[in-house]
Amino acid sequence: MENPFQLWVYLSATPLLWLTVTVLAWLAADWIARASNRHPLVNPVMIAIAIVAGLLALTGTPYRLYFEGAQFVHFLLGPATVALAVPMFSHSRTVRRNLLPMIAALLAGALTAIASAIGIAAAFGVPHQVLVSLAPKSVTAAIAMGISEGLGGEPALTAVLVITTGILGAVMMTPLMNVLKVRDPAARGFAVGLASHGIGTAQAFTVDPVAGTFAGIAMGLNAVASAFLVPAVFRLIAG
Amino acid sequence: MLKALGILLVCQLAGETLVRLVHWPVPGPVMGLMLLAAGLFGAARFGWFLPETIGETDLGRTSAALLGALGILFVPAGAGVVQHFGLIMSHGAALGLALVGSTVLTLVVTAAVFVGVRRLIDKASA
Repeated sequence: MENPFQLWVYLSATPLLWLTVTVLAWLAADWIARASNRHPLVNPVMIAIAIVAGLLALTGTPYRLYFEGAQFVHFLLGPATVALAVPMFSHSRTVRRNLLPMIAALLAGALTAIASAIGIAAAFGVPHQVLVSLAPKSVTAAIAMGISEGLGGEPALTAVLVITTGILGAVMMTPLMNVLKVRDPAARGFAVGLASHGIGTAQAFTVDPVAGTFAGIAMGLNAVASAFLVPAVFRLIAG
Repeated sequence: MLKALGILLVCQLAGETLVRLVHWPVPGPVMGLMLLAAGLFGAARFGWFLPETIGETDLGRTSAALLGALGILFVPAGAGVVQHFGLIMSHGAALGLALVGSTVLTLVVTAAVFVGVRRLIDKASA
């Protein structure tokens, strides 16, 4: 290693650098969020994504190279999803007590998420293929992309819409629920998990463990419900 | 921590295997979640795990740590996705409006129905 450029060439090609960047970006974003006293508009997921995307653009690093390091973080999404069973178990009494509200809110919420997105976009003349990509925007990314692809949509566009919806819901949840005077953490969590999948669930866990638990349940239920409802809504429109 | 990670990974692996065997439209980790939940409720019958004390076990602490840092897990995928942000822009303001409007409506309707049904039940049982 005679010069800094060679050191950069070496380091930028190892997983270590981009794994470290991901962790440091998150620590910085979380520090900013805490410094704002966890103001709902200061969303750490959004800030960390902006920092990483900015660094990738600045250094001209291809995403594939970045992901070789970041995949170790990305991989933990699977075990974290399984881990949602633990708060569901420890709050099982509250969960059981709210079974009926959850079923009603799931059906109403899932249909609202699909129909309102299609309705607003169609009113502005958005073409059918884009409507299909938009409809599952409240569903967790992997399943949303599958739903969209199955109906002839564009999975990459769906992924952008899903992540954006996740951040929007996480940011809007607390101010909106304060205006509506909804104080029950179960109701708050269920709403943000249904509207904004994992990113909403992450936000809910930073606010309250019960909210996080219900957000996780709503995310899972909405994924299953939407896998049936999105194709059904489009059949209804076509018929 | 490693014991807990082992439990989580075994459940995920079993979930992935099961959904592929029976061709269910559920992602492997979600099936893993259901398997772990079933296991916990089963274990509770023998008094191995209790809802009140699971937080103090290795599994409880590891899960809490993982879920407390849930946000960072979306950063790698999110950083890839913003590179395609132009896809939204190419459809003008319509998609932006649809996302904001639909997210507000979904949050309001879901929370309102949840709270409304909760009140109906409480009133009926009072």
